[in-house]
Amino acid sequence: MFDTILIANRGEIACRVIRTARKLGIRTVSVYSDADAGALHVALADEAYHIGPAPARESYLRAEAILEVAARSGSQAIHPGYGFLSENAEFAEACGKAGIVFIGPPVAAIRAMGSKSAAKRIMEGAAVPLVPGYHGEDQDPALLQGGADRIGYPVLIKATAGGGGKGMRVVWDAPSFADALAAAKREALSGFGDDRVLLEKYLTRPRHVEIQVFADARGNAVHLFERDCSIQRRHQKVLEEAPAPGMDEGLRMKMGDAAVAAARAIGYVGAGTVEFLLDEDGSFYFMEMNTRLQVEHPVTEMITGQDLVEWQLLVAAGGELPCVQHELAIGGHAIEARIYAEDPSRDFLPSIGDLTHLRTPQESAHVRIDTGVRQGDGVSIHYDPMIAKLIVWDATRAGALRRLRSALAEYQVVGVTTNIGFLAAVASHPAFAAGDLDTGFIERHRAALFPEAVPASDQVLALACLDVLLCRAAEAERAAAGSGDCWSPWHLTTGWQMNGDSHQVLTFGDNESAVCVTAHYRPSGYLLDLPGGQLLTRGQLDGEGDLLADLGGARVKATVVRHGCDLTIVTHGGSHRLTLHDPLAHAGEQEVEGGRLTAPMPGKIVALLVEPGTRVERGTPLVILEAMKMEHTITAPRDGVVAEIHFAAGAVVNEGAELLAFASDEVSG
Amino acid sequence: MTVLKSSIKSGSDDYSRNAAVMTALVADLREKVAKISLGGDERARRKHIERGKLLTRERIRQLLDVGSPFLELSQFAAYGMYDNEAPAAGIVTGIGRIKGQECMIVANDPTVKGGCYFPLTVKKHLRAQDIARENNLPCIYLVESGGVNLPRQEEVFPDRDHFGRIFYNQATLSGRGIPQIAVVLGSCTAGGAYVPAMSGESIIVKNQGTIFLAGPPLVKAAIGEVVSAEDLGGADIHCRTSGVTDHYAVDDAHALAIARRCVGNLNRVKRPLLAMREPLEPLYDPAELYGVIPSDTRKPYDVREVIARIVDGSEFDEFKQLYGTTLVCGFAHIWGYPVGIVANNGILFSESALKGAHFIELCSQRGIPLIFLQNITGFMVGSKYEAGGIAKDGAKMVTAVACAAVPKFTVIIGGSFGAGNYGMCGRAFSPRFLWIWPNARISVMGGEQAASVLAQVKRDGMEARGESWSPEEEHAFKAPVRELYDTQGHPYYASARLWDDGIIDPADTRMVLGLGISASCNAPPEKTEFGVFRM
Repeated sequence: MFDTILIANRGEIACRVIRTARKLGIRTVSVYSDADAGALHVALADEAYHIGPAPARESYLRAEAILEVAARSGSQAIHPGYGFLSENAEFAEACGKAGIVFIGPPVAAIRAMGSKSAAKRIMEGAAVPLVPGYHGEDQDPALLQGGADRIGYPVLIKATAGGGGKGMRVVWDAPSFADALAAAKREALSGFGDDRVLLEKYLTRPRHVEIQVFADARGNAVHLFERDCSIQRRHQKVLEEAPAPGMDEGLRMKMGDAAVAAARAIGYVGAGTVEFLLDEDGSFYFMEMNTRLQVEHPVTEMITGQDLVEWQLLVAAGGELPCVQHELAIGGHAIEARIYAEDPSRDFLPSIGDLTHLRTPQESAHVRIDTGVRQGDGVSIHYDPMIAKLIVWDATRAGALRRLRSALAEYQVVGVTTNIGFLAAVASHPAFAAGDLDTGFIERHRAALFPEAVPASDQVLALACLDVLLCRAAEAERAAAGSGDCWSPWHLTTGWQMNGDSHQVLTFGDNESAVCVTAHYRPSGYLLDLPGGQLLTRGQLDGEGDLLADLGGARVKATVVRHGCDLTIVTHGGSHRLTLHDPLAHAGEQEVEGGRLTAPMPGKIVALLVEPGTRVERGTPLVILEAMKMEHTITAPRDGVVAEIHFAAGAVVNEGAELLAFASDEVSG
Repeated sequence: MTVLKSSIKSGSDDYSRNAAVMTALVADLREKVAKISLGGDERARRKHIERGKLLTRERIRQLLDVGSPFLELSQFAAYGMYDNEAPAAGIVTGIGRIKGQECMIVANDPTVKGGCYFPLTVKKHLRAQDIARENNLPCIYLVESGGVNLPRQEEVFPDRDHFGRIFYNQATLSGRGIPQIAVVLGSCTAGGAYVPAMSGESIIVKNQGTIFLAGPPLVKAAIGEVVSAEDLGGADIHCRTSGVTDHYAVDDAHALAIARRCVGNLNRVKRPLLAMREPLEPLYDPAELYGVIPSDTRKPYDVREVIARIVDGSEFDEFKQLYGTTLVCGFAHIWGYPVGIVANNGILFSESALKGAHFIELCSQRGIPLIFLQNITGFMVGSKYEAGGIAKDGAKMVTAVACAAVPKFTVIIGGSFGAGNYGMCGRAFSPRFLWIWPNARISVMGGEQAASVLAQVKRDGMEARGESWSPEEEHAFKAPVRELYDTQGHPYYASARLWDDGIIDPADTRMVLGLGISASCNAPPEKTEFGVFRM
């Protein structure tokens, strides 16, 4: 076994590898970019080395830099994780040349599986089933029709040179083939200048089922059963589980054998995944083989009780697989949810920012969290915006699903938008519970999975008000303690006033709208005028920043995370963001007034940077004026359109001369 | 310290009768205040809100620290006067906290006759400035006023304590280092223009606040220039061109937030020079005062029952307990602040007056604030007492009260009649604050006494002329006098004319005094110099 390994990766997978290495007494070496100097994988490793700027191609993809660190740190092996250099044959080769073990398959296996068409040819040879199709050069329509008939309908016609759906047609029966072919060829020709097409069997509701395989250098190979990764959006896996729902033992054996055969066909060593499309009728077809540890490997670990990273290290060190096939068995059911900093309502656009608040469910035998971030860390534009993998396990799928829903409800992330709500929506969908999965799941259930943004509930508003008022009270208490007049009744925040009751109006921004809540001070708390009626509330903030609230007799525990005027109210199962109205947010608007832009002093116009009609944003430079030997840039006071320019470049203007007219952007709503 | 022991039985008939009467008085007080606090009539308020403006009290709430107390002054100003058209005299004043600092807020209410100044509006404004001066409180003016109420100009414009005094005060307050900040939320015409102009910092709201010496109609009449109010004196003119205002706001809320920011930059530190201790609630619930105070004002009771419900831990170290017993003097704490309490427990005799003078000297020397609990029908009369020199002994107490430079706080808890009012630090003796309970009465003497004195004088005259006066005629003569005194001695009548700083719920006495004492700590202590005590 190795004494020291280098992990050529970052984030959760680097942390994951370190965990197993530490368990085995292996020293770990991390590498990091500028952006990751304070990252968890750096803190966890025994040693860490800087390898370059934030962009991956200048750091984590720099093979020579990583090899240099390996040499410097005395690392005997490199674990590439997934992504980055994990399936880079040149890197694996370079490792070998440098005398460092690449923890992964042989270079040839990587190469073999790196090309999809080559991989398919090899698999065909190993009798691994492929999606039936026609990839020939002969484009005779009759020949193609015959091919289609042989494949069996529905059939997909694809432009050989194509992509993006152009030149693509699904043909449902033989009579419509000819017309569809002609249309596809026309599109292909106009789109790509090449009218060649290929044919493939069209699977109407395929599932993505993959087999985890493992082989050692001594000729042993096993599979660790399947994972169902059908819940995808645009080929990005969202939820993965093992075993696959509804999988019968016979099919499992057939698929497992096929996968092992595939691995053997390329002389595979180490961890690999053979991905299949599983048709409704139980036939399965080879898609590709991933020659690395998969993101979703934990679900396999959870149902087999094996540590796949440990297996990788054993095999890479020349050891034998710890188990033979019959020693492996499935225990229970595991589901993994990938928690991402992304906005499902905006087409899963990554959400960049700092994790100002992060609280995870308690880890246990049932709940596992693989993460590479801590509270306060940032999600940057440079890397995959994954925050964590939440893995749950229980004896049955129903049990695991229940634990998934509850763990998602407890997962609190503030600072970036996350897909937690979306994951919860999938996990709660009856079709998901029924195991009715296929790769079209998300698209088919779109309406249920992407609910309209709902306005803040009375409960959320009440919690926000309580938090604001209690925080103000706490601030006043702190100020009192620090003042020279510490017991003064002026420090009170009970809303006392002469001969009457007092109230406070709190205005919150909720998505695009504003909500006003009046809080009446009462001896027993705050009586709130909420959209749904009045509610007597009180509460206290505990040391952890949690809010213990009494909302009209109902006790609620919530966390309110504040960032300036932004409040995120996190309760069990959901979070809602509100913005406390800040009247000073208007600051700076005074320059915005008036539609005129005048010369601040006498001078000469050096340059006009816009033309009449130019649409500009606030702050866009418009005119450069030279005066008193200095250049002054006149910028747009707000978003809008340049209406008219009154001087030409070179003109000398007096102080106060109107340089250009600016039209307000009257777009509203 | 000595803990007072109450002998009040909260289950007694007296107690419940008293409590019922006071409860009704306080309920009436709160109801009237609620109505006054609405400001102008509904139409005026609606119009105001429709213009996107906040009502005066809402402006104040947004100006103050969230949930902090607001010690409003003179809520009953002009009550029952000016055809009832000027609730609170069209101006809201009071002490409130901004960024942790006590400030004097003076806010015009434009829903009341356009925020114009009635005679009592001026008086209330000036009183607020006086309080600011005495207690060293920054002044924040929320300005929106049409200026002098023209039909009443003779009572508003020319005299020393009239409209001009506002600006005199701004200059001299500023001269004493007391910040003057104006927020222009509406029109500031003519004299009103000087409020922001005389301020150290000023804020104006665009399309809403205007400042000019003469408005567009007058300008057109005088020089024929046609100009809009906004172009004549709006936010853009004054923030960009004239420099009359310093900060440009887009609406009320923004302007008030800027005002808060300004206060945050004042760099003031409050350093109370008092030996404070951690406050204790009184042992007896202040709400029990309702049952303690006899419903019949002529009925005597032990004022220590009141003290026990105001001071920290009901602890009271009495001074000269066995001497001059109709005046109770002693040391206590209120909200942790040391105080000397002077409270009536019957009519004033020579000994009581001497004791009072002595005690006031002690407090002055020690720098301890004085609390006067007034419930006094006057000094003892009769030849024995005149011969005993009660006039000079009363004078000693009055001298001591007048000259004592420690902060003085007066609460009229019962009767305030005759020279007793002076000896017990009435309005003329410039207590920092003077509050009155709703059961109290104030006049030169009681209505009955006044009627009797006038009847006696009349009878003497008639008898001297040989005329006769039947008891029925005398009764008919006395009734209106009694009635007049009853009306004019009522707290609503008194407070309407600013003879006090406001009517308070007895249960709030401790709070009001605590806020007042704390506010007074903003001013550095002054040295007392007594005049001649006639020996």
